[in-house]
Amino acid sequence: MSEVWQNQSALPGASATGFARVDEIGLRGAIVLRGDLSSSAVKNVATGIGGVDMPGTLGINLVEERAVAWMSPDELLLMMPYAEVDVALGQIHKTLEGQHYLAQNVSDTRAGFLVSGARAREVLAKLTPADVSPDAFPKGVVRRSKLGQVPAAFWLNDEGDIEVICFRSVAQYVFDLLANAAKAGSEVGYFSIPD
Amino acid sequence: MLMLKCPYCGVMADETELSAGGEAHLKRFGPQSSAEDFEGYLFARENPKGVHVERWRHVNGCGKWFHAARCTLTLEVFGTYSAQVTAPPQDIRDAIRAKHPDWRWRDMA
Repeated sequence: MSEVWQNQSALPGASATGFARVDEIGLRGAIVLRGDLSSSAVKNVATGIGGVDMPGTLGINLVEERAVAWMSPDELLLMMPYAEVDVALGQIHKTLEGQHYLAQNVSDTRAGFLVSGARAREVLAKLTPADVSPDAFPKGVVRRSKLGQVPAAFWLNDEGDIEVICFRSVAQYVFDLLANAAKAGSEVGYFSIPD
Repeated sequence: MLMLKCPYCGVMADETELSAGGEAHLKRFGPQSSAEDFEGYLFARENPKGVHVERWRHVNGCGKWFHAARCTLTLEVFGTYSAQVTAPPQDIRDAIRAKHPDWRWRDMA
């Protein structure tokens, strides 16, 4: 069975367009790293692999496909190109050997979506209890919350579009939610559109 | 709607982002305790119409357990605080006593 889903994202090529656009992101490498986030060894290995600075509480630092996201007081999510995960994971195990930590490759257990367009915030606002206003949810913030019935996390990328990740098992549900919330004609116009 | 501020990630979390964990600050009675104490630990719970101290988990967020003091009658929230304590900290007690001067919680003064 494994060959059916390995090296293939949850909903390859899934896309929907309304007042905002929803696309499946495709394969991306992801490693959960848990440990003492104040320890310099953990910080160094995370920033080394992520290629960005260490984020603070609720922070995410990203450059292209690489990112380090703060997920909880003892958890980071490292993102990188899919092909680099095994090497990165080996590097973590080697660097942190003997310390109290946990690192796991979660690339194939996540699904990712990109919600783009000037009204992308509105799509999220319809689905989550989290505050996604520009003041509460600027670039550099990652929010773990819910979309409809399931957990999800989201942040703004460099272009100002919203990236969403959820568990792979609910990828179809989350895509349908986002696509439905983005249907043309269903704009609410709550947030002012940036120029 | 109930909203609590998670003391770990600082997020103002909506009730649907949280999971209720029941009464806070229970003392565990395990093996070698008396049958009465064990029964009390398992089953006896405060059910006040008024100030309640509870455990909550920020389940659809940072995942951490924390404590909250709130009023079940008015839904007023007096504050949230760390899970690593066995009694409400002084600032929470002060916030409660400002509204309920005679407030007591079980055998805690």
